[in-house]
Parts: sequence; C-alpha cells; structure tokens
Amino acid sequence: MVDVAFQPNRVAGAKSARKRSSLKTALKRKSTAAFLMTLPLILLITILVLYPAIYSLHLATLNKSMQRFIGLGNFEFLFKRDTFWLVVKQSCIFAITAVVFKALIGFIVAHFVHNIPAKGQRKWRGMLLVPWVIPPAMSTLAWLWLFDPSYSAFNYTLSFFGIGPIPWTGDANWARFSVILVNIWYGAPFFMIMYLASLKSVPDQLYEAAAIDGANWWQRIWYVTLPMMRNIIAITTLFSLIVTFANFDIVRILTAGGPLDHTHIFATWAFRIGIEGSDIPLGASVSLFMVPILAVAAIFILRDVNKRGNEA
Amino acid sequence: MADVTLRKVIKRYDEVEAVRGIDLDIADKEFVVLVGPSGCGKSTTLRMIAGLEDITDGDIIIGGDVVNDVPPKDRDIAMVFQNYALYPHMTVAENMSFGLRLKRYPKAEIKSRVTEAARMLDITDLIDRKPKQLSGGQRQRVAMGRAIVRNPKVFLFDEPLSNLDAKLRVQMRIEIKKVHQKVRTTTVYVTHDQVEAMTLADRVVVMNHGRIEQIGTPNDLYHKPATRFVAGFIGSPAMNFVPCRLEEVGGRLNIRLTDRIAFPLPAARAARYQNVARNEKLILGIRPEHITEAKQHTEPGVETFDVVLDVTEPMGMETLIYFMLEGIEVCGRVNPNAGARDGAPLRLAVDLNNMHLLNESTGVVL
Repeated sequence: MVDVAFQPNRVAGAKSARKRSSLKTALKRKSTAAFLMTLPLILLITILVLYPAIYSLHLATLNKSMQRFIGLGNFEFLFKRDTFWLVVKQSCIFAITAVVFKALIGFIVAHFVHNIPAKGQRKWRGMLLVPWVIPPAMSTLAWLWLFDPSYSAFNYTLSFFGIGPIPWTGDANWARFSVILVNIWYGAPFFMIMYLASLKSVPDQLYEAAAIDGANWWQRIWYVTLPMMRNIIAITTLFSLIVTFANFDIVRILTAGGPLDHTHIFATWAFRIGIEGSDIPLGASVSLFMVPILAVAAIFILRDVNKRGNEA
Repeated sequence: MADVTLRKVIKRYDEVEAVRGIDLDIADKEFVVLVGPSGCGKSTTLRMIAGLEDITDGDIIIGGDVVNDVPPKDRDIAMVFQNYALYPHMTVAENMSFGLRLKRYPKAEIKSRVTEAARMLDITDLIDRKPKQLSGGQRQRVAMGRAIVRNPKVFLFDEPLSNLDAKLRVQMRIEIKKVHQKVRTTTVYVTHDQVEAMTLADRVVVMNHGRIEQIGTPNDLYHKPATRFVAGFIGSPAMNFVPCRLEEVGGRLNIRLTDRIAFPLPAARAARYQNVARNEKLILGIRPEHITEAKQHTEPGVETFDVVLDVTEPMGMETLIYFMLEGIEVCGRVNPNAGARDGAPLRLAVDLNNMHLLNESTGVVL
C-alpha cells in the first residue's frame, strides 16, 4: 500500500492490468463457467418452452379473432360448457387408469424378467421394450386396424368363441377402454425397464436377510422390495402421469375424440377447438388447464421423494 | 440351542465343485470358525447351513432334524452378513424386531427383547435411528442385535468384521466373544482372517479347495498342524519352509539344510523320524519365533548357525529378520537388542524341539 501511494503512475497501470485479469478470473470462476456451459440449454428452453408457454397465456386472454383482450372470458365460457367438464372427467379417468395399470403390469413383468437367468434376459428385455420404441403414431395405426369395425382381427378371433362383434371404437365405453388399452400397451415397457433397474439395485443380501428373518415371498415384496423402490415408483409415476395426461397421438389416431367427444382429453380437445375449430385462444385456454392439475400431483409426489431422500 | 452336523456335504455349480464332501460335527453352544483363503468354500458351506444355497449331496442336520429341504425361515437360525444387510428404510428397533414381528410375537415381548439386546450391545441410544445415520461399527452391532433378539438355534456369521477398520475389528472381535459368553448359542463363524479364527474359536475348521484340511482347537492347529497348508496358513509371520533331507552320521540322525548347514536332531525327534526314508525329499517347517539370536548358554535341541541378514523389521517388542537359505527367504524373530541390522552378519539359534518335518510331495506333516 505504501509504495503505491508514492507512485501514482503505478496505480493506473495496475488498474488496467486488473481489468484484463478480471475477465480471466471471471471465466475461471466455476459458477461463470457453469453458466456459460448451460447457456445453450437455457436458450433452447427459453425459445421452445418459456416463450410458447407465455405466448399461450397471452393467447388465452384474446377473443376468437385474436383482436381484442377479453381477460378471463375464455375460461368463463369453458366453465359453462358440458363438453369441457366431460373432457376434464375423461382426462382424469384416462390418465389415472392408464398409469395405474402401466405401473402394475410394469411391476409384475419386471419381476418376471428379473427372475429370468442372466443369459436369456437381454433378449426378453429387448423384446418387451418394442412397444415403447416404435413411434406411437405408427403402432396406433396398427391398433386401429385391429379395432376396425368391419375387419377387426380381435372380433374375428372372438367370433370363434361366440363373442362379439364388439364396437371397439364405436361405443363410448368401449372406445374409452380401447384408448386406455393402447396407452397401457405403449407405456408399460417404460415402467418395466425403470422397475427392473431399480430391482437390480436392491442388494441380494437384503432378501437373504429377510428370508432368514422368516419373510415369505409376499412379505419380501411388501417389506423389502416396495420400500426400496418407493422413490423410483414415485418419480416414474409422476413422469408417466404427466406424459399420459398430455397424450395426444393415440387418442387422435384411434378415435379422434369420438364417438360424440366421449374419448376427448385435454390435448385432443384443445387441438379440435384451436386448430380444427379455428378458435386458437379457446384452444390455448383448454391446454392451460393441464398445468394446475399436474402441478398439484408433482408437488405431492416430489415432496414425498424429498422427505425420504436417499435412505441407502 | 442345538448341535449342527454336516454329513458328506457337496456343492456343485455346473462344472465347478465348490464344496467337496464335508463332514463336521458342531456341538451345542460351541463356537466354530471356518477359515481359509477366498474361494475355499467356507462361505458356501455357511450359506448351505443357512439354507440360502441348496446342497447338491449329503445331509445337514440342525438339532437332530435333517434340514436339507427346509427353507431358511423354518430353520430357526440367524445370520450376520458381511455388509450387515440392514433394511435401510427401517429404524434400528424395526430392523431388530422384523423377524419377531413377522412371527407375530406379542408387542410387549418384542419390546423387552429388543431393549435387552440393545442394552447388551450398547446401542440403546441409537434405537430410533436409520442405518444411514450409523457408523460401520454401530451397524455391525445392530446386525448382531437382529440375530440375538430372535434367540435362534444357531448363529451364523459371514465375515462380519471384514468391512471394519483394523482398530474397530479388534474391538468388535472382543464384543462378539462377550456376546457368545452371555447367550451361549451355537455359532458358526466364517472368516479369512486367521487371527479372528484363533482368537474367537473353540474349534477352528481350516478349509482349502472345498475340503477340510484340519479341525482342532486354536492351539492344536498352531502347534500340531496336519498339513503344509495349515502350517503355512495359521500364524503370522508364516511358518518357514526349507527343503532338507535326513542323513545318518555316526549313528546319529542329522537334518541337512544346505551343504554348509546341518543339525543333529534332538533325541525325541530322531526317534520319531527314524523310519523316514533317508533319500526322501523333505521340508523343514519352523516358525519364526523358533529362530532367534544365539544365547550364551546352550539348551538341548537348540542349534546355532551364522547368516548374513537381508532385511530387518524392528517392531518395537521384537525385530523381524529375513535371510536367504539356498534361495529361500527365511524369517526369524530376535530381541531388539540383539544387534540385528540390514546386511549385517548374525549368529542365530534354531529350536529344533519345535520343528516340523513335512513330506515335500504330499505336504503331510510327519
């Protein structure tokens, strides 16, 4: 400090040197580097997620011709329509039923695959993943043929047992069943692979300890497997709930919301109103309803996961 | 409380025979340690007693009942695993009481048993914690507590101390011994650590390549090993093995180690080895503590010889010395004041009263 006070010229020199080096140190700082490295992703999310989300909020406040601001007018209109409440009900039935069965089937199949000797396991794992790997738009087209009213392969087979013909996509309840069935077929492999990974991470010795402690097969699943898998089950369920709730392609291709709107869910109905019905603001309002419902589910499930943390 | 008997037990995995016909009688309240190098079949044997592995052939009898096809839960045994295998989502109390809860014991009884076991193991304060919040030694105690509350016929320990650091291992070893003195349950304990085996066991079973090499008390195994494997496995530093042969000089039996070094055998030993063929290839087995610095006065059976030391290891209480005999490294233990230094010559004494003579080809102690 003392020699700086006696040599004012040196201070200026030091200042400019510090300026140059401050950029260097800023780059060296871990947080800066981390920010720069995540910047591409942040930009991507801003452009593809944040902007559309805010834009849809903006859209939802406009009138049909998108000329006038009407505040919550679109929502008021929706609340008065029976179809809207039908869609809410159907979306919930669709998502919850499908997720429950996907989780159940995934859990059971994962157990079967887990018990296959390691040699043959890869083959089975690969085959069982096929439904999840095929683009759903394509596989749903195949299902559409299987369900076709005039040459359904299912009805043909069932006719040998004196059953049918069943109006797979023609009757409201059967159509709901079909849509959910295809969704389960498509989504169960995802649960299977997640549960299988989680099953493999449970140490064998825990099962051995439980076997010696006197637990039977069912008690081992209830007291060891399920508690050890709770976090994975919660996260997988949440993830699947979001994806299933926001499903579009399967319903769109299989029934297009019919018959008489009885299989519409939020995404397909928003598409019907917004794009096909050329009322984009109303369609945006419909799609926004998915947010609060999913947010509540996410908060509950993630709070549970956080609370328990990693117990291992 | 029960005795455990193994009759010609064999375990075969596809091509490999892990356990090749084991006969073992474990008395009620006895503490038996199975010891051997990794892959010797000791853990497999224990797991077969537990029922976690099927037996390929033979019989396992616990408390008079053949349990070959009885599942683990009905064998009334308790096991402590190497990595403790505590249920991570349960508290210490829940972990310990799990077996009792499954068997639907009355709540009061469960509570009193858990409290009693926790007190015995000094983990009363930890009873509401999860395993994650415990240290390795504490987890080990909980795993033992889980076994104790069940009050089973047999305790099985599968290398329970391997995951602990050296200091804790010694402490827990004493703890296990104390627990056994209190509960007196028949115990089968598997370890690869011969010190654990020697310190804990009433009887030690030394296994190698799926067979039992020798069964005996720790002292028996140390002083009267039956084979070269047991002689080399028990004791640290290990027993020295030096090729040798017997020769008769003037009516006395000598043991010749090198062209330069030969010792007359003590009378008792000479009588014992009288019938061994003179040209047979033999091995002298001698423990390091029987190779010491030469003393002033001579004792019968103690012979002296001169060597140049390679390496010395001062341990404080003693100094380990290493020297070469015909290309074979030999270890001795001398007094720290004996003047042993790296590269220095030293006059040593070998106590032939404690020697072992082995057949080189069969490895059998003669």
